[in-house]
Amino acid sequence: MTLQRIPVAILGPGNIGTDLIYKVRRHPAFELVLMAGIDPSSEGLARARDLGVATSAQGVDAVLEAQPAIVFEATSAYAHKANAPRYKDAGIFAVDLTPAKMGPSIVPSVNMSDDFSAMNVNLISCAAQATIPLVHAISRVTPVSYAEIAAGLSSRSVGPGTRANVEEFTYTSQNAIAAIGGAGKAKALVAINPADPPQIMRNTVYAMVGDDADDDAIKASVHQMIRQVQTYVPGYRLTMDPFRRGDHFMVGVEVEGAGDYLPKYAGNLDIINAAAIAVADAYAATLN
Amino acid sequence: MSKITFVDVTLRDGNHTYRHQFTPEIVRHTAAALDAAGVDMIEVGHGDGIGGSSLHVGRAAATDRQLLEAACGAVKQAKVAVFFAPGLGNFADLEMAAEVGVKVVRMATHCTEADLTQQHIRRAKDMGLYVCGYLISAGMAPPDTLAEEARKMAAYGADYVNLAESQGHLVPTEVAARVRAVRQAVDIPIGFHPHNNLGLAIGNILAAINEGASFVDGSLKGFGGGAGNAQTEVAVAALKRSGHEVGVDLFKIMDAAAVFQGQLGNYPMPVIENDSILMGYANVYGGYLHPVQEAAKKYGVDPRALVLRLGARKVVAAQEDIVVEEAQRLAAQAA
Repeated sequence: MTLQRIPVAILGPGNIGTDLIYKVRRHPAFELVLMAGIDPSSEGLARARDLGVATSAQGVDAVLEAQPAIVFEATSAYAHKANAPRYKDAGIFAVDLTPAKMGPSIVPSVNMSDDFSAMNVNLISCAAQATIPLVHAISRVTPVSYAEIAAGLSSRSVGPGTRANVEEFTYTSQNAIAAIGGAGKAKALVAINPADPPQIMRNTVYAMVGDDADDDAIKASVHQMIRQVQTYVPGYRLTMDPFRRGDHFMVGVEVEGAGDYLPKYAGNLDIINAAAIAVADAYAATLN
Repeated sequence: MSKITFVDVTLRDGNHTYRHQFTPEIVRHTAAALDAAGVDMIEVGHGDGIGGSSLHVGRAAATDRQLLEAACGAVKQAKVAVFFAPGLGNFADLEMAAEVGVKVVRMATHCTEADLTQQHIRRAKDMGLYVCGYLISAGMAPPDTLAEEARKMAAYGADYVNLAESQGHLVPTEVAARVRAVRQAVDIPIGFHPHNNLGLAIGNILAAINEGASFVDGSLKGFGGGAGNAQTEVAVAALKRSGHEVGVDLFKIMDAAAVFQGQLGNYPMPVIENDSILMGYANVYGGYLHPVQEAAKKYGVDPRALVLRLGARKVVAAQEDIVVEEAQRLAAQAA
């Protein structure tokens, strides 16, 4: 029996979009039909052509014309806000890698859904994908009144889209850390480091817990969650074992990427793209 | 001779030294004294700026709003300024600041990452604020890189660009080369913010002015992060002796220094401790002085070894978690 492959398009030929080419192609159920951008002379589109991908500089219009079942959008929050309703009208499932937040947010290890009726899923941010599992791991064993995350990203792994959307990056991340991570309140901080050689993406989570919280249960839950995230991001690992610091717990992880397009230090791109593939995969399962 | 705009940062940078525990009372009295002395701008808030209060950097004793209301209520002529780092603060923090009467925002980012400030510089300009593009750790990048980053900030709409030498690492010839490169790249005024790790804060200010800088940062009693800033009252005296035009009254700024010290009781004023010398020497962000000393004590490691590890990792501002991580690693290696 021949498997009918699902047509997939990518809009936005930057770091994220280019890395997605590799991940989409590796997936047996997906067929990459288009990489679209808006600048015919862009490096990203040239790179996609070199990789043998059909390309267009007609942006969202080219995606709508190609009629994929799934589109991965890696542009900017501003662009996705305009594009989202058009995908929906065309019956295209949109996986949004910008912080636009037009559909429900998903962190695969925490709240993977099988209800995709909104036809749009938001992946929040790379920092959210890396830290919400840890916040959730703590909040599922003890109440977390406040959670804070500090993400450290290498300068070379942060593209112009993210840089032009710092406000949405932090704001959308902190809302999701509270809502999906299960914290009463939340704050997200990001530091970008230009060191050469570039530093691997790192994340620290601070979670305020009660005096009566079971420290051993928190540690066990965090360790279990790390193993779960490793099933789709193998380079996700502890750098600071959870420990109590006064009224809060502190835990640190680094995220080494698969090294598909950008080098391995760009774990931030890898974790959000791995999440995108996991969501697309879950949606594809509902089509059969 | 140059006309100098004097920016006092005691009530912001000094909050690093005071572990972010400034109260509205301290702010009110100090801001009133700075205002009376003729300081042009008074920067107020958490050490890492508005939105900076956090478990990661340090929790503030008062809200940003409380501190800013205290400052805005105390000044007659000076403009109240805030420090804002995109990635830490949000638009809501900026809107709050403008609402309570803040006139100046200093939009800060690591000196190679100017494009992170584009969105927030534009928003602040739209709100009618006077905007400074603030390049942190300017000793971590060469002159041509700083010039390029300053040019970006000018293009986003910054009214002036400030080179913040957060490590106290540079000597006067190195400061001069950086200011000169930026001067050739932008038409907007240039400011300089030194730290005193190698005892060069005032000399570096004079070197910056000689190359065309016209905004100067200092703090009363030198009360700023790490080894401290240029001591405001000393800088005013030195600027006057150099023949520069500065609108700050020498006696009244000395009085302001006394008012500030009086507000802090017996709290020690900055001296250049050994750890600070090493941070200046190794080009490590001076705001990590307290985190380094606290982590070294907690994990039983030599703070100097920790400073060198941070230097090797090329940490930038707002990476306090790495201080803890490296202290744990040093302790584990010693075990």
